Amino acid sequence: MGLIDILFARAKQGHRTIGFPNDAPVLPELFQGRPAVRPELCQAGCGKCADSCPTGAITVPAHIKNPELLLFATSDDASDGGDALSLDLGRCLFCGECGKACTEKAIEFTKEYRLAATSREALKLTGETFELAKALDEKSLKVFGRSFKLRQVSAGGCNACEADINVLNTVVFDLGRFGIQFAASPRHADGLLITGPVTRNMELALRKTWDAVPEPKIVIAVGACAISGGLYAGHAETRSGVPPWLKVDLYIPGCPPHPITILDGLLRLLDKLDK
Amino acid sequence: MKSRLTLRNAEAAPLKAIEPFGAGAFAERIQRDLKAGYRLISFFAHKASSHTTRLYAVIAYDDDGLIRVAATNVADSFESLTPDTPQAHLFEREIFEQTGIIPKGHPWRKPVRFIAAAPEEAGVMKFHRVEGAAIHEVAVGPVHAGIIEPGHFRFQCEGETVLHLEMALGYQHRGIERALKDGPDKRSIHYMETAAGDTTVGHATAWCQALESLAGVDISFRARAIREIALELERLANHVGDIGALAGDIGFLPTAAWCGRLRGDFLNMTAVLCGNRFGRGLIRPGGVAFDIAKPQVADILNRLDEAYEGLDTAVPMLFDSPSVLSRFEETGRLSIHHAVDLGLVGPAARACGIEHDVRKNFARRPEPSTRFTISTCNTGDVLARGMVRWLEIQRSIAYVRDRIRSLPDDATMRPMKALRPAHFTVSLVEGWRGEICHTVITGADGKLAACKVVDPSFHNWMGLAAAMRGQQISDFPLCNKSFNLSYCGHDL
Repeated sequence: MGLIDILFARAKQGHRTIGFPNDAPVLPELFQGRPAVRPELCQAGCGKCADSCPTGAITVPAHIKNPELLLFATSDDASDGGDALSLDLGRCLFCGECGKACTEKAIEFTKEYRLAATSREALKLTGETFELAKALDEKSLKVFGRSFKLRQVSAGGCNACEADINVLNTVVFDLGRFGIQFAASPRHADGLLITGPVTRNMELALRKTWDAVPEPKIVIAVGACAISGGLYAGHAETRSGVPPWLKVDLYIPGCPPHPITILDGLLRLLDKLDK
Repeated sequence: MKSRLTLRNAEAAPLKAIEPFGAGAFAERIQRDLKAGYRLISFFAHKASSHTTRLYAVIAYDDDGLIRVAATNVADSFESLTPDTPQAHLFEREIFEQTGIIPKGHPWRKPVRFIAAAPEEAGVMKFHRVEGAAIHEVAVGPVHAGIIEPGHFRFQCEGETVLHLEMALGYQHRGIERALKDGPDKRSIHYMETAAGDTTVGHATAWCQALESLAGVDISFRARAIREIALELERLANHVGDIGALAGDIGFLPTAAWCGRLRGDFLNMTAVLCGNRFGRGLIRPGGVAFDIAKPQVADILNRLDEAYEGLDTAVPMLFDSPSVLSRFEETGRLSIHHAVDLGLVGPAARACGIEHDVRKNFARRPEPSTRFTISTCNTGDVLARGMVRWLEIQRSIAYVRDRIRSLPDDATMRPMKALRPAHFTVSLVEGWRGEICHTVITGADGKLAACKVVDPSFHNWMGLAAAMRGQQISDFPLCNKSFNLSYCGHDL
């Protein structure tokens, strides 16, 4: 195998970097993105959506039919019966069971891939509107906008989030063209990108890694596990997501989020997207 | 007369068919089997009642496609099998960690997952240590340099040469087996889909097979075919990714770049089936949640052709380059004797010349019409582990083409029934890393009384440690990648 053969093969493989963000992303036909929540269509009290949800992400009006869900509720969670139907994207596994369970189409999954949010509150869907992630302030953008290096920490992640973050480094997504890179050492990083429910056994390592990142620094939580504990919320073996001693700057929901969703979130944070 | 229970893959039997042996006879039976070359695929303790704890040993008879289960009741200790049959070493450590029952004579009763340690003591244990003025120790992890899961590696080195490698895992422990108990419920399948997220289809299939056997439900041939297609697509994505990563680790960038892209093409094929690149939501008890329509068949066939064309330039180029071969050959070599002794599974075992593969040895009857060939090499080095993957890639593509062209006409989902109480089942699936084994026991109430999940990584981590002996420490990333084991699948 000589150099000439490699060059021929190279020509045959072609240019493979996707057009996103200038072009619309190509998503699978059956892709399930952000659910549309329509409280006005909800038949109060049926509760089938909440019953079907494996992570207690759904609050139904008046009462919850299945009190077992409360077992997995945390103090910041309103699933003890709110005024209107709501769905917490931060807990959602995008399994689609609630959409199938609802005969009234009060919850319906759409192909919307833009899921990242700046606040935990913004992930609690109560209607069809959604506040997309905001860019960092001007001062931070000056520091991070042109070169942003992240240290990834998997703290109980199942290797699905990790895999679809890794894929951003391939020629397909070519993350480097946006000035974003993953650093091997926290000392060379501008922040942490955390996956997994943060296991008890990883909390100390996470803290040490965080301490090693120089100021100013950013925290990004990717996946339902990191945002809320996801399926592992309430497990004694985990901290139910990024612990309170870290302030999260960007939430990217999903189980796992599609690489385009992750890329979209990162680009919004760095103010590299117009719409 | 005490007897062992004999089962086929994903076949349930009443628990009372397992009559416990006395301690001596139990140990003797297992040791006789393991010395004869049969494999210990699961070994665990189950607290059957407040006063009885029972040890179950599950042994695979690969050539006959049979699974034999032996049991014994224990009090607070039993004679360790490890000194004579090393395959048992991690299982016995696990039993000790989970129940406090002592395997007497076990050479190192160390934690497996640090389930009871104080949080700041995860990974803290007495590592094997080589003493001497010329010896130095290298500690790596739990946080690694790449985007990968956490684990700790401790090397004992003389200069560049690794004398010994010991791992401390458990950082990923999320309590999955505990959470499965008293199920199945709406959460169970999601635990299985995330037990090792890169093996979503493998673990979900093993789990569903187990529940279906306990319920006495036969899924349709169409559902089985779709599961098999999804399982092969999962294997293809991961094997292609691994070959790219091997190329990346030695700086052979063309193949690294192309395989990185092609891996995604296979993940996208899985997304054609169910919308999710990892197959989340596809495999469900009773069958599959998504059917394959005709346009999808054509779409997948097209994508397979395109991907194969890409692979056919990317991969042979790697294995044809002398500079690559000089890095792969003889690196991280493991002998067949070590592989057998340690009970290795999957491509890592087949690369040592061990001919076993659940898809062949434990094919569920009636077998699909396609003939199956086990892919093996015999040098046991990085090259062999890469070559086995390349062979499997080519055979998997052919298999998926065949299966998807001849999908049987039938429903994709059959209604599930209640699980039969007090039953025992063992379900095996050949995941891309190797054999996945789920042993499930129902209680008198028909709920799950015990679930033992064995990911192939549980067997194979020790294989990596053994392969590193005498290697240069700088070759660790390459050797590690050639095994590419799961941390969360081990830690559960």
